[in-house]
Amino acid sequence: MYRLRRFLKDYRKQAVLAPIFKLLEALMNLLVPLVVGAIINSGIRAADRGFIVRMFIVLFALAILGMLFSFVAQWYAASASVGFTTRMRQALFDHIQKLSFTEIDALHPDTLITRMTSDANQVQNGLNLALRLLLRSPFIVFGSMILAFTIDVKSALVFAVAIPLLSVVVFAIMLASIPLFTKSQRALDHLTALTRENLSGARVIRAFCKEKQEVDEFDRRNRALTRLNETVGRLSALMNPLTYVIINIATIALLRTGALQVSLGALRQGDVVALYNYMAQIIIELIKMASLIITINKSLACADRIADVFAIQPGMTYPAAGTAPETIAETAPAPAVCFDHVSFTYAGAGDAALSDISFTAEKGSTIGIIGGTGCGKSTLVSLIARFYDATEGCVRVNGRDVRSCPEGFLTDRIGFVPQKAVLFRGTVRDNLRWGSEAADDAALWEALSAAQARDVIENKPGKLDFAIEQNGRNLSGGQKQRLTIARALVKKPEILIMDDSASALDYSTDLALRRAVRAMEGSMTIFIVSQRASSIRDADQILVLDDGRLAGKGTHEELLKSCSVYQEIYYSQYPDERPENTAAGKEQA
Amino acid sequence: MMNIRKETGKKTAATFRKVLTYIGRYRILLFLSLLLAAASVVLQLFIPILFGRAIDCIVSPGEVDFATLTNLAGRIVILLAAAALSTWLMNLINNRLTYRTVQDIRAKAIRQIQNVPLSYLDAGSEGDIVQRVIADVDQLSDGLLMGFTQLFSGVVMIVMTLVFMLMQSVSISVMVIVLTPVSFLIARFIAKHSFAMFRKQTDVRGQQTALISEMVGNEKIVRAFNYGARASKRFEAINRELQKYSVKAVFFSSLTNPCTRAVNAVIYALVALAGSFMILGGSLTVGTLTVLLTYANQYMKPFNDISSVFTELTGAMACAGRVFELIEATPQSPDPVKQLPAPVSGSVLIQDVSFSYTPDHPLIEHFTLSARPGMRIAIVGPTGCGKTTFINLLMRFYDIQAGTIAIDGTDIYTVSRSSLRRQFGMVLQDTWLASGTVRDNLAFGRPEATDEEIIAAAKEARSWDFIRRMPKQLDTVISDDDLSQGQKQLLCITRVMLVRPPMLILDEATSSIDTRTELLVQEAFDRLMAGRTSFIVAHRLSTIRSADVILVMRDGKIIEQGTHEQLMAAGGFYTTLYNSQFAGAAI
Repeated sequence: MYRLRRFLKDYRKQAVLAPIFKLLEALMNLLVPLVVGAIINSGIRAADRGFIVRMFIVLFALAILGMLFSFVAQWYAASASVGFTTRMRQALFDHIQKLSFTEIDALHPDTLITRMTSDANQVQNGLNLALRLLLRSPFIVFGSMILAFTIDVKSALVFAVAIPLLSVVVFAIMLASIPLFTKSQRALDHLTALTRENLSGARVIRAFCKEKQEVDEFDRRNRALTRLNETVGRLSALMNPLTYVIINIATIALLRTGALQVSLGALRQGDVVALYNYMAQIIIELIKMASLIITINKSLACADRIADVFAIQPGMTYPAAGTAPETIAETAPAPAVCFDHVSFTYAGAGDAALSDISFTAEKGSTIGIIGGTGCGKSTLVSLIARFYDATEGCVRVNGRDVRSCPEGFLTDRIGFVPQKAVLFRGTVRDNLRWGSEAADDAALWEALSAAQARDVIENKPGKLDFAIEQNGRNLSGGQKQRLTIARALVKKPEILIMDDSASALDYSTDLALRRAVRAMEGSMTIFIVSQRASSIRDADQILVLDDGRLAGKGTHEELLKSCSVYQEIYYSQYPDERPENTAAGKEQA
Repeated sequence: MMNIRKETGKKTAATFRKVLTYIGRYRILLFLSLLLAAASVVLQLFIPILFGRAIDCIVSPGEVDFATLTNLAGRIVILLAAAALSTWLMNLINNRLTYRTVQDIRAKAIRQIQNVPLSYLDAGSEGDIVQRVIADVDQLSDGLLMGFTQLFSGVVMIVMTLVFMLMQSVSISVMVIVLTPVSFLIARFIAKHSFAMFRKQTDVRGQQTALISEMVGNEKIVRAFNYGARASKRFEAINRELQKYSVKAVFFSSLTNPCTRAVNAVIYALVALAGSFMILGGSLTVGTLTVLLTYANQYMKPFNDISSVFTELTGAMACAGRVFELIEATPQSPDPVKQLPAPVSGSVLIQDVSFSYTPDHPLIEHFTLSARPGMRIAIVGPTGCGKTTFINLLMRFYDIQAGTIAIDGTDIYTVSRSSLRRQFGMVLQDTWLASGTVRDNLAFGRPEATDEEIIAAAKEARSWDFIRRMPKQLDTVISDDDLSQGQKQLLCITRVMLVRPPMLILDEATSSIDTRTELLVQEAFDRLMAGRTSFIVAHRLSTIRSADVILVMRDGKIIEQGTHEQLMAAGGFYTTLYNSQFAGAAI
């Protein structure tokens, strides 16, 4: 929480005033027993009806004043806690936008979403309660004791014994149960995960006849959870009876002392009643405080988790825009992309994902990248856009080391079509304009045509205004892929990267797409990552990757002659063309 | 309105009766809990009366009755012990009652999940069923059982407070009873007005969450398009709107407590005023006034408790309904005791089989196929044509409606499902792995397998290459995100390789594996399939062409059947499909 205090900066006034007004309200509350005592001592004893009525008016005024103070406190607390959370949420969102891919890989999106939603809400709730109540309960407890001392020191000593005793019981039970609560929450999480697994794996579990084992495992964890819950339960079951006994014993002691004092003439009956009432107030406040602390403790844990996200520093730095000699590099006749002995290892991974990759892609050329699952194809293209920094070697775009490019320089020039076709909620137009905010409809249609998606959108109600649902649920896989390609084309990029992004298209659409993109104006450099030999065989240069290494580079014809990995890939897809068994292909396959 | 209330009332009663039957063996505990609750409430209400009498013994110097005081103290201690003991026992019993019921209901639910027809699970969403088993059961026990006991003690408390109060002073009691509803009216007034703000807050919060999950969930795309600043602006707009509504919602809802407290304080003041005048009139003592003031302070609490219990009860009732829906779903037809004699040779005879998922959409009708041991049957068709239906029927995940399926001459409906399924090895496109280590998963079908056997199978299925590189190899705990789709598929294949069942079902088993690795895996499959009857949902040309029989499916129906040559010669749908899907490769 301490680490997040900067978000409270603009609400300092409210954060201070809220508890102050709450204390004023508590003070009104504390005065009540004194007034009642006075009624008994002076009003009833002296049969002074006027005094009793005046005291009644005081009680009434205390009630109304208390309410008004409370209103003010609630308003300040609400403003401060909601304001704090709003600032924090915005800062968190912006912070996440600054993280580089390496950090994003390390953080699960679900985790981040939880931090921004339920964790942030919990913090707001906790802060609100803390501002209002954290000081109030101790104030009433100690206030009662102090006022008791003003009435009668001897009787007040009972308070001085009872309060620490009660505090010890309440807080010991609470502190002992917090770790147990955490434990049982974890056990519940396990049980939830297991239930989910049983559902998602229903077919496999039944196919392997593992129903009984799964049930046994579930029972085991179910019983473990019950045991934990019962342990916590037994502990909290003590709280209520124990505090009840203590407070009542204390009350008996108080009355005994009071009786002695009264018989000595040191105290009057009204004072005894006032002391009795103070004693009753203490227990209510202590129990309130215990449950408050549990809530606040939860919020603190949430706040800590949020602060942890803030503590993650973006691992990538950019030179300030305009510092590097941009123009010179751009006018020099440099290749579009150049890899110079590039190696890359993912953070935390043991083996390199790419080792010693070197190649040059001339402006306007088409580069095909092919290779097995997990061979590093996607990693290679993500280095072009500097999603990650090469561990060794150097990546150059337009002759310029990508690490010297200001932020946004590369993304402005590179159109990226990711492997997973993701679209966002909004209209087709909104989605396409991710590529370029300024693009007009004509430009959007042009991109759609090239991406072979014109028909798709023309047949949708509203055309460019057609509403895409979250995750593009209302589009087929192939349609989504074509739209993501169009989105990248809207940018009119210098470099287009398609990371296996036509896999859901049939061969003829794939071909038409490649031809249309090639025919687009400008000298776009195109990178096509694919598992299909047909998608890349026409490329000017094909990079064959095998386990992170460049197994070959060249044209289709060259590689078919010289590169055994390429031969294997190609012939596995075109068994009929395998030279040694064009005739016997069927039997072999 | 009244009718609806009556209706829900009836349903509530029915659900509650059901809950009672589920806690059948804890019935005595429930009864005891109620008994103890009543005892503890009565004792706790009676003790202040004794304190009141004690105060009356302390009047002024010379007027202090020490003997009665001691006597009263003794009685208070005894009652106190009794009250504490009954509260403690009640807490313990309630604990056991709730947690054991939850455990029992969950145990029932998981058995039910393993025992409902797959159609039930396929129709429902995973998240929904998980919620029933976890959150709903929790709320059922919290809300229903605890709510019930709280409701009970609340009612006892109100009734007994009234009785005790009336015993002290009728007129003051009447005043308290008449004035108390004022605070409810205020609370309701506030709730009504803050509700609108809460709804707006919920709406905007929903929008915000949607934006967060879209942007943060796809952060890489946001970065690739340099969309961060634009996203931030969109977020800011929603965030500000949320702030506006949240402040009001939080503020309004936090007014209830001060208001009801103020009403309570006014009632308190009135009791003090009236009580004082009555003392002066001689009809009340100071001690009694103290008791009445205590009651006036406490009187509101059970009302507040009860109203929050009611909200919880309504929620809990809905949850209970959802839980029972799962637990009471019709289970699959009982399993015959007879076992399929193992191992089978693998002759599969499908005769005149008809099946549909819904009665009004007939799918497979009068389908007949005879597979000799060792035959390869390929199933092809466009995406979504229902190729998996066939697998559902062979594995008895779904039951056929007419015809017979026989293996080695035994009707599969006369033997137990497990004995049937044990004869099949199945690899699905959907790669499911259990949480646990690599070893747990590979040995899923044969827990007794040795490491040597597992490694040999992994080598054969080409998964050993990447398992070898994992930090703890076979002991590595699998996490969903660390493995690529292709790696998962290789693990699933290894899992079956280790079992070596007499028959195989492969549903696009190699779809996510790159073509080179696939070729190697295919060789392993070829060896595995030698002499084994196999059903293959295929997408690669080579697999299809080498099949003994090709079943061509379209819109869930099997429309053609034959070898590649026969089907090509026939020039039907298969020819079209073949040309569109594979001829393009030759461009």
